[in-house]
Amino acid sequence: MSDVKNETATVSIMNQLADASIQAQSPLFHADLATVAKSGPKTGGVTFKEEALLGHLTLRLNAENPDQMKAAEKVLGVAVPTQPLTSVTKGDVVVRWIAPDEWLITVPGLKAFEYEAAFQKEMKGHFQVVNVSGGQTIVKLSGKNAKDVIKKSSPADVHDSQFPVGKVVNTPFAKSAVILRRTGENEFELVIRRSFSDYLWLWIQDASREYGLVVEA
Amino acid sequence: MFYIYCPYCGEHREEEEFHNHGQAHIERPLDPDSCTDEEWGNYMFFRKNPKGLHHEIWVHAVGCRKFFNVTRDTVTYEIKEVYKMGEQPKVVAK
Repeated sequence: MSDVKNETATVSIMNQLADASIQAQSPLFHADLATVAKSGPKTGGVTFKEEALLGHLTLRLNAENPDQMKAAEKVLGVAVPTQPLTSVTKGDVVVRWIAPDEWLITVPGLKAFEYEAAFQKEMKGHFQVVNVSGGQTIVKLSGKNAKDVIKKSSPADVHDSQFPVGKVVNTPFAKSAVILRRTGENEFELVIRRSFSDYLWLWIQDASREYGLVVEA
Repeated sequence: MFYIYCPYCGEHREEEEFHNHGQAHIERPLDPDSCTDEEWGNYMFFRKNPKGLHHEIWVHAVGCRKFFNVTRDTVTYEIKEVYKMGEQPKVVAK
């Protein structure tokens, strides 16, 4: 970690969000989940829902620098977790531990730029915040068989004793990689890459077939 | 398959999340300009291939993406210890 503690660098940031005249499309736009939800089955063991168009920010800072930790808490309203593989939620802000010096933050899509600007304003020294909203999306798997689908797809140990609610791991899923977080007893959240979103959508449909897949829009 | 303890994540994970990056503790010559070709060649190209204990670098590629060191027995494939970057191995060949 760099020794640069309190120097101020000029970082150019821009609001990546287009104005309202342009329709925003999530990575799963082409799958037309609204129509699938309407025409598909209403009961089944697995429920699929995309949390589309959230603001994703990658934050990197030195967790041993108390000034940076304080600044992050000021911006987010909650301290970033330093305990490995944990996450914290405060209102509509979710902070996921990725590495000892890296976190993935999700905020409502329209607020991403606001948070990005706040980080640049509040934080000093060697840190980084990058808006990665365009590169990934979130899907939620819930229902009594959601865990079975994950077991088929990933080597992560999702047994209750090893994977409590709130735990987050970066792990292989099918032939891709996801950031997997348990959000409830039978509810998991997958942060997936845009370029893998179609592949994983097809994979999840196939892996859920034996349990019955319900799509929610 | 290895079941590797990541010292940064603090838990064991499957080998498929990791990549091996070869021999650990290779020191770059402090003054490359005054190295002989042989010294530079040894640093650049020559690696140990021990039968027994080997210290090697692994990266938690599909995980926290951190590099760390592993002491492994190349005969039994047993992982003797895992330690972070900048630390020294406790298990060393006699």
